[in-house]
Amino acid sequence: MVDVALAETRLANARLDRRTLFKVSALAGGGMAFTAAIPLAAEPGSAAPKLLNAFVSIGADDRVTIVAKNPEVGQGIKTMLPMLIAEELDVAWDQVDIRQADANAKLYGTQVAGGSFATPTHWLPMRQTGAAARAMLVEAAAQLWSVPAASLKTSAGKVLDPASGRSISYGKLADRAATLPPPAPATLKLKDAKDFTIIGQFKGGVDSPRIVRGEPIFGIDTQLPGMVYAVYERAPVHGARLVSAKLDEVLKQPGVKQAFVLQGGDDPLALIDGVAILGTNWWLVNKAREKLQVQWDTGEWGNHASARYASEAVAMLDKGPAATPRNDGDVNAALAGAAKQVTADYSYPFIAHVPMEPQNCTALYTADGKLELWAPTQLPQPGMDSCAKTLGIPAANITLHITRMGGGFGRRLMNDFMVQAAAIAKRVPGTPVQLLWSREDDVRSDFFRPAGWHRLRAGLDADGKLIAYENHIATFSRKGKVAQSAGMNGGEFPAGLVPNFRVGQSMMETMVPTGPLRAPSSNALAYVNQCFLDEVAAAGGTDLATLMFRILGEPRQLPGAGGRAFHTGRARGVIEKVLAMSDYPKPSAPGRGKGLGFYFSHAGYFAEVVEASVSSDGEVTPHKVWVAGDVGSQIINPAGAINQVQGSVIDGIGQALALAITLDGGKINQSNFHEYPVPRMPVTPEILVEFVRTDYPPTGLGEPALPPVVPALINAVHAATGKRVRALPIDQAMLKRA
Amino acid sequence: MAYRLKINGKVRTVDAPGEMPLLWALRNDLGMVGTKFGCGAGMCGACTVHLDGAAVRACQTPIASIGKQAVTTIEGLGDTAVGARLQKAWLDKDVMQCGYCQAGQLMSASALLAKSPNPKPEEIDAAMAGNICRCACYTRIRVAIFEAAAAPAKETQRG
Repeated sequence: MVDVALAETRLANARLDRRTLFKVSALAGGGMAFTAAIPLAAEPGSAAPKLLNAFVSIGADDRVTIVAKNPEVGQGIKTMLPMLIAEELDVAWDQVDIRQADANAKLYGTQVAGGSFATPTHWLPMRQTGAAARAMLVEAAAQLWSVPAASLKTSAGKVLDPASGRSISYGKLADRAATLPPPAPATLKLKDAKDFTIIGQFKGGVDSPRIVRGEPIFGIDTQLPGMVYAVYERAPVHGARLVSAKLDEVLKQPGVKQAFVLQGGDDPLALIDGVAILGTNWWLVNKAREKLQVQWDTGEWGNHASARYASEAVAMLDKGPAATPRNDGDVNAALAGAAKQVTADYSYPFIAHVPMEPQNCTALYTADGKLELWAPTQLPQPGMDSCAKTLGIPAANITLHITRMGGGFGRRLMNDFMVQAAAIAKRVPGTPVQLLWSREDDVRSDFFRPAGWHRLRAGLDADGKLIAYENHIATFSRKGKVAQSAGMNGGEFPAGLVPNFRVGQSMMETMVPTGPLRAPSSNALAYVNQCFLDEVAAAGGTDLATLMFRILGEPRQLPGAGGRAFHTGRARGVIEKVLAMSDYPKPSAPGRGKGLGFYFSHAGYFAEVVEASVSSDGEVTPHKVWVAGDVGSQIINPAGAINQVQGSVIDGIGQALALAITLDGGKINQSNFHEYPVPRMPVTPEILVEFVRTDYPPTGLGEPALPPVVPALINAVHAATGKRVRALPIDQAMLKRA
Repeated sequence: MAYRLKINGKVRTVDAPGEMPLLWALRNDLGMVGTKFGCGAGMCGACTVHLDGAAVRACQTPIASIGKQAVTTIEGLGDTAVGARLQKAWLDKDVMQCGYCQAGQLMSASALLAKSPNPKPEEIDAAMAGNICRCACYTRIRVAIFEAAAAPAKETQRG
């Protein structure tokens, strides 16, 4: 996995510098091919991208081709990054074609869909790349007409000479431009925002026309001559190992061609033990699983259960933190001297990603030791490395075609399905295999958002000022280390804003795979912190907005990591905005309540207000949501931006209302959407979105709008009922009126 | 056994067990992958197709049960006026994020509009409640259905 925290600092400041290498060459069939190789500032020990490349070509026919290097998971990157290049190249959007790149670290650097990285990383370099190619086309026209380049202008894919009124299209200049030396990065001028013609415009997704016609475009749509379909039966208990399997009956089933056991290890990111069944039709091979007889050794993991985790967690909270990742001032002393003390426990469950396209990967292994993959993956390179290791072949022998993904939400940062497909394909050299998981496989074999239990303590002085804050998390370890995406770091809000501040952490062991889910950490911690602060505000006789303003204080940047350091003024700005939009806390009708939530996540500042009501049988209805977000100076594509925000809000509401993964006897209890009820259209409230523009470089929108809606909804439930929901998902029975 | 199915106006033959769901005959035997697999249990709507114009879940429709009924899939949606209007509205409103569920959403929406050309908001919610969009593009799906429903009225006014 890319280390999100390490990578973020330097990416936020990515731009072309003197080490940038522009390359230009003639295009076969006429035109120019332009490449920018952009080294990023090196930081020792980081696994983050070191190189960022951009590819653009201009054909003699005036078609502009831009390579989309990152995987498209629905975040809109395949549309958004080319917009940046096209803007500064100064072409018309409808003359641009976009081509999805294969996975190739040497050519493209790290290719990733995750962490809301792409916007800050590419904002300047992509524009500078477009500007560099434009400069060469202008220079070509200047030479052709024997006029100074500075006297020329460009517009919609043409160079214009205002003095003479003549113009010429880029396509006619491309051959000549391909022979010129590239410009020095320092000489490039970028457009003023007021002159943008593409950035800031509503641009529909570039793949959407194909999707509404049902054309093949997703990983699952891959079809190859002679391809067979495969399922992979794995242990129902996470951590269990395969002892034996009887395959005779399976092999007799219609459509089944082969069945075999694969021995793996205990790392869920790599190959785990299982049985592969291959055949002519996926439904037939999946049905054949009913005839499988497999003996599993569940070991100690068969005793693991959600109730056990919860009781262990409470015992750990009672015992006090095993470690303190952050300890400012003296929390105990400050609490002892506080005028008011507030204590509460909060908890949240494991949750699953369930992207609509079930996990799949198509693999072709050939006898010469080469592997070709068609994979819907958010992070191809680690998956290729894992395949190389598992198959015992050099990574250079692997070709990976990045397909569009039917959602990811972080699930497809993990490439277990890719390794399984590769290992199965190796057993049938020359035959392409499409491994496809059932929805039940997907729900049970996720890398879940880790459950967590928190004990919070806060102290207010006589003046109502927050003087002490402690957040002790009971979380999970795997083999003694913090499990993936579990735990919490010392920098979470309100770190740095309270003189006596402590983060405590205690861990228990699990084999349940965990991983990042959209807005990792923040998706749970926003709820914990903002709901607790709502309680603290009430104890101090005020509301959350007022308490937040007091905590934030004067506008200033707190010390922290580069582009993701917390700025109190930007936080204040979005809270003020959402208050004005929503008329918080005054409800619009009797029986309703308004709740506020704020969070700073993935460099974005979001404040959200939910208005909700609770029926007499405890059913919660969110009626309306107001969202104010600050992701910097520019919304690059409002079409994608607002969709991301609205989707994030509904996603978060769904988590709060109904979603939980539980286990008993080491087995995941949920299997499909009847037991994991993700939100549907009728639950969708009206969602009003406004962006607060600030003078900071733009940042991403895949994640930061989700976290605040959870506390906003829970705080609204309190406003409507007077009841505090301190465990997710909301327990309807608790809210029932007698 | 061989089954003759009328799909998007063409007769296709599928040689498979009669209990095989239409979804898998389409995707694996006929190479028509526009209809999507989401849950295999009739709960998410990603595989929605039409049988004689009514929306059904292809993952719950055995091929032996289809008989002479006409099957319409996403690949044939644009052949109808309602379908083409919906496709246009989907693009004009930039409805989708990942887009995976949208074939099913469009098929449910077109069955609704064929039956009820000017649906009320509650009617839209009820007709679309069986279709999950995990990216939760519900706000825009609603708007696009309204837009497609209103389009013929607009065309008449202009005419």
